[in-house]
Amino acid sequence: MNTLAPATVATIDGNEAAVSVAYRLSEVIVIYPITPSTPMAEVSDEWSAAGKPNLWEGVPEVVEMQSEGGAAGALHGALQGGALATTFTASQGLLLMIPNMYKIAGELTPFCMHVTARALATHSLSIFGDHSDVMACRQTGFAMLASASVQEAQDLALVAHAATLESRVPFLHFFDGFRTSHEIAKIELLSDDVLRAMIDDSTIDAHRRRALSPDHPVIRGTAQNPDTYFQAREAVNGYYQELPERVQTIMDRFSELTGRQYRLFDYYGPADAERVVVCMASGSETAMETSAWLNEQGEKTGVVRVRLYRPFSAKHLIEALPPSVKAIAVLDRTKEPGSPGEPLFLDVATALRQHAGEHFNTDKVRLIGGRYGLGSKDFTPAMAKAVFDELKKDDPKNSFTVGIADDVTGTSLPYDRGFVVDRPEVRRAVFFGLGSDGTVGANKNSIKIIGEHTDNHAQAYFVYDSKKAGAITISHLRFGPDPIREPYQIEQAQFVACHQFDFLNKYDVLGYSAPGATVLLNVPGPVEGVWDKLPRNIRSQILEKGLKLHAIDAYRIAREQNMGGRINTIMQVCFFALSGILSPDKAIAKIKEAIEKTYGRKGRAIVERNFAVVDAARAELHPIPVPESLDGEEIERTPVPDEAPEFVKRVTSVLLAGKGDLLPVSAFPVDGTWPTGTAKWEKRNLAPSIPVWDADICIQCNKCVMACPHAAIRAKFYEPSLAESAPSTFKSTPFRSREFPGMSYTLQVAPEDCTGCELCVHVCPAKDKATPKHKAINMEPQSPLRDAERDNYRFFLDLPSPDRTTLKQDVKHIQFLEPLFEYSGACAGCGETPYVKLLTQLFGDRLLIANATGCSSIYGGNLPTTPYTVNADGRGPAWANSLFEDNAEFGLGLRLAMDRMAYLAQHALRKLAPQVGDSLVEEILSAQQSDETMIASQRQRVVALREKLKGVSGNADARALEFLADYLVRKSVWSVGGDGWAYDIGYGGLDHVLASGRDLNLLVLDTEVYSNTGGQCSKSTPMSASAKFSSEGKALPKKDLGLMALTYGSVYVASVAMGAKDAQTTRAFLEAESYPGPSLILAYSHCIAHGITMNQGMDEQKLAVDSGSWKLFRFDPRRIDQDAPPLQLDSPAPRLPLSDFLTHQLRFRALERSNPERAQQLRQKAQEFVSADRALFEKLAEFPFKAGNGNGEKQE
Amino acid sequence: MNLSTNYLGLELPHPFMPGASPLVDNIDEVRRLEDAGAAAIVMHSLFEEQLEEEALFEERHMHVHEHSFAEAVTYRPPASDFALEPNQYLDHLHRIKQSVSIPVIASLNGSRTGGWTNYSNLIQKAGADALEINVYFLPAAADDSNDDVEERTLEIVRAVKNEITIPTAVKLSPFFSSLPRFARQLNGLGVEGMILFNRFYQPDIDIEGLEVVPRIELSTSAELLLRIRWLAALHGQVNASLAVSGGVHTPEDAIKAIMAGADAVQVVSALLRHGSGYLRTLIDGTQAWLEEHDYESLQQMQGSMSLQHCPNPEKFERVNYLRTLQLWKS
Repeated sequence: MNTLAPATVATIDGNEAAVSVAYRLSEVIVIYPITPSTPMAEVSDEWSAAGKPNLWEGVPEVVEMQSEGGAAGALHGALQGGALATTFTASQGLLLMIPNMYKIAGELTPFCMHVTARALATHSLSIFGDHSDVMACRQTGFAMLASASVQEAQDLALVAHAATLESRVPFLHFFDGFRTSHEIAKIELLSDDVLRAMIDDSTIDAHRRRALSPDHPVIRGTAQNPDTYFQAREAVNGYYQELPERVQTIMDRFSELTGRQYRLFDYYGPADAERVVVCMASGSETAMETSAWLNEQGEKTGVVRVRLYRPFSAKHLIEALPPSVKAIAVLDRTKEPGSPGEPLFLDVATALRQHAGEHFNTDKVRLIGGRYGLGSKDFTPAMAKAVFDELKKDDPKNSFTVGIADDVTGTSLPYDRGFVVDRPEVRRAVFFGLGSDGTVGANKNSIKIIGEHTDNHAQAYFVYDSKKAGAITISHLRFGPDPIREPYQIEQAQFVACHQFDFLNKYDVLGYSAPGATVLLNVPGPVEGVWDKLPRNIRSQILEKGLKLHAIDAYRIAREQNMGGRINTIMQVCFFALSGILSPDKAIAKIKEAIEKTYGRKGRAIVERNFAVVDAARAELHPIPVPESLDGEEIERTPVPDEAPEFVKRVTSVLLAGKGDLLPVSAFPVDGTWPTGTAKWEKRNLAPSIPVWDADICIQCNKCVMACPHAAIRAKFYEPSLAESAPSTFKSTPFRSREFPGMSYTLQVAPEDCTGCELCVHVCPAKDKATPKHKAINMEPQSPLRDAERDNYRFFLDLPSPDRTTLKQDVKHIQFLEPLFEYSGACAGCGETPYVKLLTQLFGDRLLIANATGCSSIYGGNLPTTPYTVNADGRGPAWANSLFEDNAEFGLGLRLAMDRMAYLAQHALRKLAPQVGDSLVEEILSAQQSDETMIASQRQRVVALREKLKGVSGNADARALEFLADYLVRKSVWSVGGDGWAYDIGYGGLDHVLASGRDLNLLVLDTEVYSNTGGQCSKSTPMSASAKFSSEGKALPKKDLGLMALTYGSVYVASVAMGAKDAQTTRAFLEAESYPGPSLILAYSHCIAHGITMNQGMDEQKLAVDSGSWKLFRFDPRRIDQDAPPLQLDSPAPRLPLSDFLTHQLRFRALERSNPERAQQLRQKAQEFVSADRALFEKLAEFPFKAGNGNGEKQE
Repeated sequence: MNLSTNYLGLELPHPFMPGASPLVDNIDEVRRLEDAGAAAIVMHSLFEEQLEEEALFEERHMHVHEHSFAEAVTYRPPASDFALEPNQYLDHLHRIKQSVSIPVIASLNGSRTGGWTNYSNLIQKAGADALEINVYFLPAAADDSNDDVEERTLEIVRAVKNEITIPTAVKLSPFFSSLPRFARQLNGLGVEGMILFNRFYQPDIDIEGLEVVPRIELSTSAELLLRIRWLAALHGQVNASLAVSGGVHTPEDAIKAIMAGADAVQVVSALLRHGSGYLRTLIDGTQAWLEEHDYESLQQMQGSMSLQHCPNPEKFERVNYLRTLQLWKS
């Protein structure tokens, strides 16, 4: 037995557990952010930046690459060079590594990667957990080891690293994305001593000696001929054959050191079990827990937990199964359409066949396989029980699903949703909060306090929103005397807290409460009389379940202490006061310790303020008396209005109510095709205050309309008579326009869709001359205005949109165009969405968008509702997300298809000239379509054509053309994505598309950082900015993608910043679209990751341009033929020093604090770079870009 | 020529020092100032607001976005990576102390009592030889009485004095109903020095944009006159060192201030305009003037033109105002 010091415990998540081992056992860590593995990469980078050593006292080198494909290449090289290397990835990222995985395995290279198993993008993207990604690697030659819990994510990480060094076979260690990677649990930590005892240094030495070196050269990666390849491929066999025993030996050694025993296949259950479930990763914990409960009821069940999945040791599996087994169900968390079964099922079937009769009579065993838990669908004891129950049947269902209702092909097993395994010693608490109110952060702190300051085991899991603005969070906390094996969400909690009173109306908050549970409410206003303010269904649940109600007005306390909307500490104190898990005094002491730790260095005032709210919280938490009976009527709530389309009512509304799990298979499209325009049916009412228009002050510039990220403030002009039937509070004023005299003008807010970001108010240039703080729009509380403005907005939407062909192409008039992108889930104050909205205003009715994965694909396409919509004719953007890395190519493909469709239409049209008439045919075929008027004319010709075609009977070409005719109207194809796509992972494809000469437009929403995955450095990150993976400040300048693109001379390139010059932005969009070749627009987008005041985002954009951090230009190749220099610099020489911009944003300021000298150096270098860059662009702006003699003169 | 002076109990070879300004942000600049002969270094102020603002900014504009979205639990590298302004200030103070051998005077700027005043203790621990307290408070509301304004300042000074043992100087504003009385109250709290005066940041108006915009102008010798008058008034009435700050651009300016009663001369605008080396010009110029005019020492002229000692004190007072106006008319 070991003589090591007793293990320390910590309350951490699965990612940290795994990386704590991987980091200590690595020298080179090559990373690329991808959910849910990103935190492992981030933690590595933080530790490396802080100089934390690995096991051998060197600090691992952490390198971010441009993609997972790049990371795999770099890893392959590092391993060939003899370094100990690791990486972290998931999903599509893992797929991008596969080519190198074959190489690394084929060359028998010790290497361990850690994967947070995640679904693959198929009919849709899913960031959530299942085994689709790792199952796609089982053929690579990597060994695969599965962890089922946070503890195992750490322990088996070590087993994997030790095993790869000893065996030379590379390892893929995986655990369930989110369920394990993001679950926080109390675990025993592995000390450096244990790591040292597990790693045989001679294996490292051997790895180094095999490495490439000119001092003892060898050659690898040869090309082999038919005489050789096959035998040489088989030469590896012995390494795989001996690997299972080797891994078991290492697991046994680990057990001696830690007392935790793992086996290749761990069997849990009685020796005489008859029904056994075989399962891998976290689902096996649920299966085990359910099996134990069933056995307590007298049943004979067991569970085989698969640890080493590759190489798959059939022998060990058979030995692990109890000889008494009569029926086996194999559960796969993946789907392989068209296969005879999912992979683990097939492996088990093969094993039973191969070892027939060796250990028990395998032929007599009934074997079924099924799918569960795809895309993080919870796998609960109710579902596990359904599987065990199915095994009782004489003819159990094979290839089943569990956890859904498959009413189409009937695969699903029925299960009792009400069934729970109730272990009374486990305490369960559920908290509803807003992202912005700090609920999750406080719960993370609470779980640490419980885990580290009591004997309790603890578990926390957090469910997040897919909307970025006004995001709801649900925290699930468990604690109890034994390790908690419940890797699924809580269904019956003894404590339910609702930190936002409004949620009681929107979600089934008390549906989570067990009978007799304690309920904590944060109420707006005095707690007296709160009972009467509760919705009736909440009151009835409280009575039916005998719930104990407590309330506090946390926002008032927070306000009094100048804490804004951060009620986290207050609610945390209430939780401890009510839950009794710790004595309130001790809990408060610990909370205060945490406050001291978090804020101590930020000044006493902040600490004291937090202390004050802690004390106030205790004093102001009150029990609420519950009457014995109810009065009042139940009001039926419908999430969407009656006029919503049938699909929205049938499907979307269920998703909105948080009941999507209940929808059966038949409710869903079969191919991932969803209707657009659903965001309008979700009225989120997020804004505490909304803009209110003062028509007397307004100058009708429409800048607010342009800036609004959510299309929630709009302008129209119309015949005054149309306003006669308007609601009484509808505002209207004469339209100031020479072109449209006598018309009326209205600026209208969408009160229930506005997020309250205030960008509109900040960009409003019109001030009351006598009281300049009063602008043409001013923020006022939403609730008193909500009903009237809702009616006004409805009336406004019904007013006619203007004739697109009559509008001037300036900011003011373009903002009368209907946005076909509205109410997205983007952050309040988002800097990207105003550009996307502009795109849809300008070209929406003939627009195809290829969208790279990232923020724009999430706010653009994440269910339950999506923002792209249609105009009155039913036309609007067609949108699709392919991948992260291929978006330029994907867009090009759409372009090629559009051109082909147009060609087919033109071809049919020519053939039909005798019937249609030569003149119309000629008009259609020769039509210029470079502006709105021309497009409108072509649409009219197509209408005329369709009319004519109606009269052409019995002609196949005519029927084909009736469908194809719309393609005669030029389509506008745009690849849209962020800088992570354009500068990094998709750059190769983007460059190729630019060089293709094809008419594709690329819009880069440049936040200068990976926004969607949480602010990692990209090649667009400017010099001296700190970001994740460059916390020491980026030492090199931002890649100048615009400059690189314009050197082709044939690409339209523009660099824009709406907040600096909206007219230039508009012009660039119009020019890019009309340019008949590739166009690239780089659009500066402010972002929450910059550390700015978001309501001043447009001012930040202006500052970026005024200081030279961002330049405005347009490069139009068409000007070359007009003998004009194609590059036009649209921003003047910087009028402010760069530092004026840098001091404004936390991303730059942070470095000034952590390393002022480096900050100063980088700042100076950055300023020098800006000046040199300006000089270069001024020169380029004079250059004719013609083939010439070097002096810009054309050669004769 | 003996130019030595005693300021805040510190024996200095002469009265010239850079006033609180960003000049000392850079250690090389600090060394240049020492080389130019600075008798002491006065650091820029650590602002009460700075102590809270960054933390509040993070809380309001960074942390509110965190823990909201599954793909991005946070958006910035962890906060533990960076120290906040106060720590940086203390580090910088420490670095200056290590780089120079002259006394270093730190500066704290605030407008109300609160947790921030205990930074004075940290400043002392970081090695400051003295501390300037800069109470910056603009009573803009009709409810703010003159007593409130004075009491608020006294309270802050009291709180700081409780924290530290190093000498303190209060940087005064000229806007007190009775400056000498208030100065005496400060004196009563044991304040070792007073600096005349704080140059207030003067907001300007952007008449196109209808915005209030910050504006900072360098001082001119014209601003010296206000200071001379009050130096002259306070000299001998308070048992504390007096420093002039604002308006000293030439040796003659300095000589006037010293004659009015200044024990120390703080210079900022002139150094920003002419560079750190200009401090040497001021010192040498003053010395030359004293030698030329047969003074025994600088001490001999300190306060010679104060209200107490000047031949015609009435000229400092109201009668002077009338005459000046008449002079203007004629």
